[in-house]
Amino acid sequence: MTTTVGRYIGQSVKRREDPRLLTGHGRYVDDVQVPGTLHLAFVRSNVARGTITKLDVSAARDLPGVEAVYTGADLNPDIKQMWATMTGPPIEMGGQTAYPPVSLLAPGDVRYVGDPIAVIIATSRYIAEDAADLVEVEIEAKQAVLGLREAMANPELVHLETESNVSVAMPMPEIPEIEALFASAPHVITRTFRGARATNVPMEPRGLTVHYDRYRGEMEIRAATQSVHEIKAFAARLTGLGESHVRVVADDVGGGFGQKMMVLREEAAVIAAAFKLGTAPVKWIEDRRENLMASNQARSEEGTLTFAVDDDGHILAVKCDFIEEIGAYPPSAGATAMLAIGVFTGPYKIPVLIPGCAAVYTNTVGKSAYRGPWALETFFREQMMDHVAHELGMDPIELRRVNLIGPGDLPYTTATQMVLDHITPTETLDQAVDMIGVTAFRAEQVDAKAHGRLLGLGVAGYVEPSAIAFGVLNSDPAVLTMDASGKVQIRLGTGSHGHSIETTIAQIVATHLGCDIDDVAVIQGDTATSPLGPGTGGSRTAVIAGGAAQTASLILRDKLLTIAAHFLEANPDDLEINNSVVSVKGTPQAAVPFAQLAMTAHMAPDMLPAGMGPGLEVVTRYQPPTPFTWSNATHACIVEVDRETGMVDIKRYVVSEDCGQMINPMVVEGQIAGGVAQGIGGVLFEEMPYDDAGNPLATTFLDYLIPSAPEIPDFEYGHIESMSGALGGYKGMGEGGAIASPPALANAINDALAQIGVPPLTVFPFGPSQIVAAITAAHV
Amino acid sequence: MSDTISDVTVSLTVNGRRHTVTCEPRKLLTDVLRDDLLLTGTHVGCEHGACGACTVLLDGAAVRSCLLFAAQLDGATLTTVEGMANADGSLNDVQQAMQDNHGLQCGFCTPGVVVSLTAYLRDHPDPTDDEIRIALSGNLCRCTGYQGIVNAARQAAVNPRAKGVAR
Repeated sequence: MTTTVGRYIGQSVKRREDPRLLTGHGRYVDDVQVPGTLHLAFVRSNVARGTITKLDVSAARDLPGVEAVYTGADLNPDIKQMWATMTGPPIEMGGQTAYPPVSLLAPGDVRYVGDPIAVIIATSRYIAEDAADLVEVEIEAKQAVLGLREAMANPELVHLETESNVSVAMPMPEIPEIEALFASAPHVITRTFRGARATNVPMEPRGLTVHYDRYRGEMEIRAATQSVHEIKAFAARLTGLGESHVRVVADDVGGGFGQKMMVLREEAAVIAAAFKLGTAPVKWIEDRRENLMASNQARSEEGTLTFAVDDDGHILAVKCDFIEEIGAYPPSAGATAMLAIGVFTGPYKIPVLIPGCAAVYTNTVGKSAYRGPWALETFFREQMMDHVAHELGMDPIELRRVNLIGPGDLPYTTATQMVLDHITPTETLDQAVDMIGVTAFRAEQVDAKAHGRLLGLGVAGYVEPSAIAFGVLNSDPAVLTMDASGKVQIRLGTGSHGHSIETTIAQIVATHLGCDIDDVAVIQGDTATSPLGPGTGGSRTAVIAGGAAQTASLILRDKLLTIAAHFLEANPDDLEINNSVVSVKGTPQAAVPFAQLAMTAHMAPDMLPAGMGPGLEVVTRYQPPTPFTWSNATHACIVEVDRETGMVDIKRYVVSEDCGQMINPMVVEGQIAGGVAQGIGGVLFEEMPYDDAGNPLATTFLDYLIPSAPEIPDFEYGHIESMSGALGGYKGMGEGGAIASPPALANAINDALAQIGVPPLTVFPFGPSQIVAAITAAHV
Repeated sequence: MSDTISDVTVSLTVNGRRHTVTCEPRKLLTDVLRDDLLLTGTHVGCEHGACGACTVLLDGAAVRSCLLFAAQLDGATLTTVEGMANADGSLNDVQQAMQDNHGLQCGFCTPGVVVSLTAYLRDHPDPTDDEIRIALSGNLCRCTGYQGIVNAARQAAVNPRAKGVAR
């Protein structure tokens, strides 16, 4: 059997999503306007921690246009179950995941600024917000529980229902042999690093419309989500409805970056409120202030790393101790650091790893996934590599080379028993170093210093555990149907929110089936038509949904070839497919088009080969051969730091990455670019600070600064395409840009500052004020 | 309060069509475009004039529709993203360049980018790279890292001097 691989796969096919989105004809959640829809607004706490002493909603209820007002006393008792499919049932139900105490609206006390206290449902959002202003709330404020180590030790509790502010902890073990190893190591270096609390900031905030019709007993939800099936299952558990009585639709979704993967507390409250109302559609569209104040956040993490190293720079053993702030109501209260520990060794041969971690509740908004939820391991490890190199007097790139997992080491079993294979850390490092021109740069750096300018170079690498394929995430489905005209529709369980899936999946199907790409329709985002899958996140779709699409295409292709062989009285092995026509190799006139085969299969099944059933439909799933499909990259950048203003100018930014077989290089580079820009933001600009009373201080785009065009340089890309072990050779790459960019940029800034004797910064963000302060402190 | 101030009636010409809208004086132009005229291509990203997703042309000038009340605009001529394509419905130069250069991913900021860039390049046919980036500084995008948008602007600029700049 011949194949036509390469006709579309590997090509920068222009996106079929674009014409509608470029002309204002996208269909985002707020664009669908059903007559009779009611609008919901939240009444939120302006106090981080305290007891509600008065809650009077009567004036709000009396406002014309208000249909309903619900408080915690109304909605909380209705909760049947409240847990996420991805993290599984709570411990008390036999699961393994810690969850915060269950509530939809404040249960008599408030636990962060923004904590929803009541919901107003009215005929317009304007009236709903008017009514929200009429709700009388009095709160007896208490001192907020804040900080990481401070909250761990604080006897005051975020949750009255828990015994401690520590949700999950894994204390670092003390092992005498390991202690002896550290005691005898030539060099032992310890550093503590901090991330800056950040938030995803999809340009479309969260939002959903929920219509529960109590007379039909059915719920319809339209949502901005990465996973329609997650919302369906969550809503069913929350309300007690059968899953088959809940339908969830998502058309275009304006970004997510993890924030729309789980059902967060507000979305759950809207579902419960609409269920209680039982009549009209209820729409809640989050505004930006709500998004910045009360959509879940991430990256408030601290890591203390201790590296034992020999004189040649070989890493002998590492201790890593992580603390992460999970706020008050994260969608689950587990420790993301567990996964970070699992992949901490990254691209290096680190024979011994002694980990510890703790997840800590505070009176702030909850933590949830943000592009590379485990990325603290790379943020901290890659900064640490530069600190270690500095201590040893080694070049940071050389220190990396000494420890990298090379081609001859694969498959490599890490200290945490992960089996790394099909990765290319040495190749991407070589390519990145070559592209950025390290030797020439070092000369330029010296010259610039002589002229009073501070240039710096930073490098960082990572290995990404893409396409998680175990537990509920084990596989992705595909349903591929050829209609009687010979064209196909593929239905997936994915949830595109900017990922070009309509284009890239069509590339896979058209390539493997042998048809024109315009003959492939891609359907996703509706639980009534999309097969059950976990949605799009965790860099899984290219690998797992792509594998499912490829599997389905090859099965359908085989069936078409079998029918064609019957018609042409030929051996299937002697046939080829070009442009939806099956022909005998070397005899192009002996041919039959897909349309004729499909017409037969659907309308004249008696003419099919004996024993073959009618129709042309493939229902399949793909589970990759390994629990992770590893991808890797090396980032390198050059910055100039203004010693007077502390401003950082990124002069060049290079990414050498290996995502295996690229389906669409243009899309690959787009994913990298977006991730790198987010990473740059996380180092230079973005921070969600809280004051001592627990007030969030960045609730507009004038305070929470995501990068704009002038702050982002042109990126340069290098591609190493080594095939993964998964079908098609694909590797996930949706998160890597955001994972490696923070340490690469941090290392470059510290390299620049080191020239004037400024000790390296270790606490993000590295904004102008922090840089000026460090320069000033070093020169007092 | 909504029932104490009487509604106002305004006439707007949007994408070449005359509309008469009766609404509360406090109603944002964005909401009138989206809710009353069903032109949902104009997106609401921040409602405080920072993100640029709601950008429309007001008498030819790019403005934030979330910072205007419809009541201010009686008699105004507006163009939204729905009015940006060529007369035959094909993508205009900026829209085509955005597709060619992968200038959009999720597409939510895109209407504002298209409107802003179309207006900017009309008035500045030969921008430098720095000028392009500054012109885009009022349009926040979280997906693309601005790579494709800047490249699209380079492609769509009229003066060849600005085209083909190495990435």
